[in-house]
Amino acid sequence: MATPRQQVVNEADPPSTMPYEPPPKDTSRCKLDVKDLNFYYGSFQALHNIGIDITRNKITAFIGPSGCGKSTFLRTMNRMNETVRNTRVEGKILLDGENVLDMDVTNVRRRVGMVFQKSNPFPKTIFDNVAYGLRVNGVRNQSVVAEAVEKSLERAALWTEVKDKLNKPASALSGGQQQRLCIARALAVEPEVLLLDEPCSALDPIATRKIEELLFEIKSLTTIVIVTHNMQQAARLADYTGFFLMGKLIEFGDTRKIFQNPSVKETEDYVTGRFG
Amino acid sequence: MVMAISPQRKFVNAVMLSLSGLCTVIVIGVLFFILGYLFFHGATSLNLHFFTNLPKPSGETGGGMANAIVGSFKVLLVATLIGVPIGFLAGVYLAEYSGKTFAFVLRYIVDLLNGVPSIVIGIVAYAVVVRPMKHYSALAGGVALGIMMIPIAVRTTEEFLRAIPNSLREGSLALGASKARTVFSVVVPAAISGLISGLMLNLARVAGETAPLLFTALGNMFWSRGWMEPIATLPVMIYNYAIAPEEDLHQQAWAAGFVLLALVLAINVTAKMIIMRGPAASRR
Repeated sequence: MATPRQQVVNEADPPSTMPYEPPPKDTSRCKLDVKDLNFYYGSFQALHNIGIDITRNKITAFIGPSGCGKSTFLRTMNRMNETVRNTRVEGKILLDGENVLDMDVTNVRRRVGMVFQKSNPFPKTIFDNVAYGLRVNGVRNQSVVAEAVEKSLERAALWTEVKDKLNKPASALSGGQQQRLCIARALAVEPEVLLLDEPCSALDPIATRKIEELLFEIKSLTTIVIVTHNMQQAARLADYTGFFLMGKLIEFGDTRKIFQNPSVKETEDYVTGRFG
Repeated sequence: MVMAISPQRKFVNAVMLSLSGLCTVIVIGVLFFILGYLFFHGATSLNLHFFTNLPKPSGETGGGMANAIVGSFKVLLVATLIGVPIGFLAGVYLAEYSGKTFAFVLRYIVDLLNGVPSIVIGIVAYAVVVRPMKHYSALAGGVALGIMMIPIAVRTTEEFLRAIPNSLREGSLALGASKARTVFSVVVPAAISGLISGLMLNLARVAGETAPLLFTALGNMFWSRGWMEPIATLPVMIYNYAIAPEEDLHQQAWAAGFVLLALVLAINVTAKMIIMRGPAASRR
């Protein structure tokens, strides 16, 4: 019974493939506003008083040694950490002024997409991988789905490589292609923010470069937050960079300033390779 | 310092090696001995009539077990429809939803259920199905075997779902999928070959159960219509024929035993092949 109604909604609203009201346009430059964020695994405090503004349509990178909390912070922004038992979060994460921590969790994750360290394509066809997010969010119209799949694969710079084998299993793709497929899958639901957790750490330099290029292309569509171990990558890619250490955001600012003229000694030590 | 290996140690080593080797040969031999023995005794009765004819009235020779073969499948079908959905969904709960403490308790209870003697499960099915309905039936036999299938279904489901990497669940949740959607659209399909082979092994295990069928399905010398009449099954037929005085019936029992064993082995081998060729094996 729901299917025809869904289709009517889709036909009446061609620019967006999603069957819900888009959020009110906020023209301020701040997309995500994090305030006094603390995060605990059991009794261990993994994040201390994080406060940060993430700028719309820019790439923000987080660097820092392993275990410094940068991935935890990333996973707090789409509430992925809730899948881990015995965790607790305090503070506010405002997405266009609305607290992510108070929103419906599936809605948060639809609006704030995520790409993981290790590519995790579903054991389905290439097409069904990209279409999954749309179907999950209630898009039933086949032509709308097909169009969105093509558009997403194009944005993820994968379309020309896979357009003739959309019905092949995703596992047949190379590692770099699989990661781009995961990016396409995330882009298909038109997220307002895209979180990437060390997306290139398992890839060779050529595949890495392709992903960096495509991230550069899509930042006009979405706000990008990336965690990376690779400082050159942060320097190449990011407009803003934050340095994490021991669960604290030590320094945050313009990427050039962080790498060339950091104001905190720990940041300087880290970016010059003196530790970490 | 060089330690000399004494002749005594060499001797003990040789004895242990040959003992364990001998026992291995016995293990392998037992299966082939049973197969051969059944075939040797039942071969004379194993012909087309065995698969197509009804049993002959006592005193007459010949006849077959067509009704028991079909009956076994019917009872197994009812058992699957009852035991597998319950066991599967409970296994999903155990693997995907339950907390650690509850999972521990649940797993323990399931193992206890698995240890309940099959005759006791037969009595329960007799009490809750046969008595109120006032007659033996395929349904009652199916309920008994279905209960027996539950614990294995729970544990195999849990095991195969747990083997699916968490990254797949996260990938689905990160797209705004609900937990249930994630489980049934991503996790279960990823585990499907394991789940199907688990189901088959479970079927193979209960296919030979006799005790719970004795006073639930009872047996029948004719075709049973529908699901509410007493029904013949291979294991019960073997039992009844084996304790009968006629030599001809003994032959038929041997043949039925061979057919039953061949069926169970075929299911087992197919299940193992599904596991080996399934996506679970080829996944990184």
